[in-house]
Amino acid sequence: MTDLLLSQIRAGQETQFGTDEYVVNLGPQHPSTHGVLRLVVRLDGETVKETTPVLGYLHRSIEKICENRTYPQCITYTDRVDYVSAMSVNYAFAQAVEKLMGIEVPVRAQWLRMIMVELQRIASHLLWMGSFAGDLGALTPLLYGMRERERIIDLFEMTCGQRLTYNYIRIGGVMIDILPEFVPKCRAFLDYFEDRIDEYEGLLTYNPIFLERTKGVGVITPEVGINCGVTGPALRGSGVSCDVRKKQPYLFYDQVKFEEALGQDGDCWSRYRVRMDELTQSVSIIRQCLDRLEPGPIEAKMPPVLKAPAGGEVYSRIESSRGEMGVYLVGDGTAKPWKAKFRCASFNNVYPLDQLTRGWKLADIMAVLGSMDMIVPEVDR
Amino acid sequence: MGEKIVGMAAALLHGLYGFLHLSALAPVLDTVVEAVVMFAFVAVFVMFLVWMERKVSAHMQSRIGPNRVGPLGLLQTLADAIKLTIKEDVKPVKRDKVPYFIAPIVAFVATFMGLVVIPFDKGVVVQDLNVGILYVIAITGFTVVAILTAGWSSNNKYALLGGFRSAAQIVSYEIPLVMSLVPVIMVTGTLSLKSIVDYQAQAGYWFVLPQLMAFLIFLTSATAEANRAPFDIPEAESELIGGFHTEYSGVKFAMFFLGEYIAMVVSASVATAVFLGGWLAPPFLGFLHLPGFVWFVLKILFMIYLIMAFRWTFPRLRVDQLMDFGWKVLIPLSIINILVTGFVILKGL
Repeated sequence: MTDLLLSQIRAGQETQFGTDEYVVNLGPQHPSTHGVLRLVVRLDGETVKETTPVLGYLHRSIEKICENRTYPQCITYTDRVDYVSAMSVNYAFAQAVEKLMGIEVPVRAQWLRMIMVELQRIASHLLWMGSFAGDLGALTPLLYGMRERERIIDLFEMTCGQRLTYNYIRIGGVMIDILPEFVPKCRAFLDYFEDRIDEYEGLLTYNPIFLERTKGVGVITPEVGINCGVTGPALRGSGVSCDVRKKQPYLFYDQVKFEEALGQDGDCWSRYRVRMDELTQSVSIIRQCLDRLEPGPIEAKMPPVLKAPAGGEVYSRIESSRGEMGVYLVGDGTAKPWKAKFRCASFNNVYPLDQLTRGWKLADIMAVLGSMDMIVPEVDR
Repeated sequence: MGEKIVGMAAALLHGLYGFLHLSALAPVLDTVVEAVVMFAFVAVFVMFLVWMERKVSAHMQSRIGPNRVGPLGLLQTLADAIKLTIKEDVKPVKRDKVPYFIAPIVAFVATFMGLVVIPFDKGVVVQDLNVGILYVIAITGFTVVAILTAGWSSNNKYALLGGFRSAAQIVSYEIPLVMSLVPVIMVTGTLSLKSIVDYQAQAGYWFVLPQLMAFLIFLTSATAEANRAPFDIPEAESELIGGFHTEYSGVKFAMFFLGEYIAMVVSASVATAVFLGGWLAPPFLGFLHLPGFVWFVLKILFMIYLIMAFRWTFPRLRVDQLMDFGWKVLIPLSIINILVTGFVILKGL
């Protein structure tokens, strides 16, 4: 055998030492994929030749379930569509139903919703920051993010009793009014939190290794981003203005002052930068909401059984923490939607992954995937 | 002080040999006793280090850390060790049996043997080899064999990738590691760690001052040698799960784990002896009259604290960036450092 090999080597034949692709399964059980996303990666050594996301490991057919539930019952399921940002999905669904049925929501409820959704955005971005840094091997930011997120969760718990799946924003208003001590506690948190943002910047933003890992990595050009349907901070990192809060204001976003955070390069670092800027913007938005909060009813007057008009059809969208969150509903005159469909940002944000990682190293997949802020329940629903 | 204690212990021991009529075997028995004492010391010290790592990380991450088992959670590591020992040893069916079994032993033994030449105090050293530094580097270089073997024999794709990465990394970082020690060897003219410390005692300064660059290069390369973050790509959790030790569990995993910590102790000890004046008391703290051994351990702890602080602060480098850093930054810097030192010696400055 050895002689055979040697003679082959001498003859310049490399049949025994031919190179081959190295196919690695990242997931569905893997520390980097934030859940059960499966990536089939074809490698040439450490270099990525192809990345194929395999979806469906967390499919729970939430949309089909919604078609068999009454409209108010559906809200509970929307929590599970994106459990890291449950308030946003609650609101997205409630907004669609209100549009479908023409329900007028009281002013106070709208302000409350805005406060909650923005707090949720901060909480979601904090968790993202931690897991993104974790993907790059820095484990400390996760705990920093969790520490502040905890205080937001406490605010939510104080209001609606839940810490993850809130079921707080209901059709026609909100579940319950905030407690009197909510406002001072929230303000105290915002003051405390602004200093913490500087801490994150000091720990991570300009760390040389962090810059090395994220600058120029996974560049989404505006064309690729738009063609793939990428939305939210992932697209704004490329400098494309696409904030639904600005483009199609819902709630009272047209009455508060805030900047749309935009990046330039479209790389992982720009996406990181955009989300960090959004933290500051959200703080400012919440402050303005708290200032304008006035006593009043928190729920619209509605019939006991909500029925959508037959043939009624609505698509409404919001800017969720991860990007554009759309809800499409078709009513058929009964208390249940004939068709419900969620358009989730994560699904489209995973889409350009193959293009972005081809020719890069294995470790860059984690950087790109992490920077997209993908969450599996949103991808699979 | 350390010398006195060792002398007393030796006298006692030799008395015991005489009492047991074993005087003829004294050299062999001495070695055995030394090995056992060393092992006991290292085992306890490493347990402390694991606890310290968890406390340091907890402190940096605003957590509390282990605080249930024993006072301040000090016995946490013991509990973990017991857990790992009685745990089922899960083995992949299609592993390559012999290398799979040997790899953790090699990883552990190779790093552990590095401690033989470490002078913990004046006269307290298991074997003061005249090629001490060479020996430490050669013996700790063995870990790459263990890691590569582990990665290959596990029959696991992540483990194999981890093994390859580790081989590339350790081979690259061994070079600046050695080259950062060369200037000190040039100045002192000896490879024995003990003599290097003696030289610093006579010269009245520690090599960290004139050779700050070499110290920093050594610190960086030693962190990489020990597979610690930000150079922990062989076991990069976010992409390779456990890297080369993905398929190891129970005691075998513990061997790798201990090996990593002992490697850290060895690196820190070499750095302490070569750059930080070994067992010598800092000049401004000489009035404390602490035994040299205590100073040595304190300096080791300081070094290890630095390495731990790196881990909990920095993200991980990518494999090509790691190679770039080693070959394009550290190696040229250490060559320049050697040249400058040589020039200074030549001119007799």
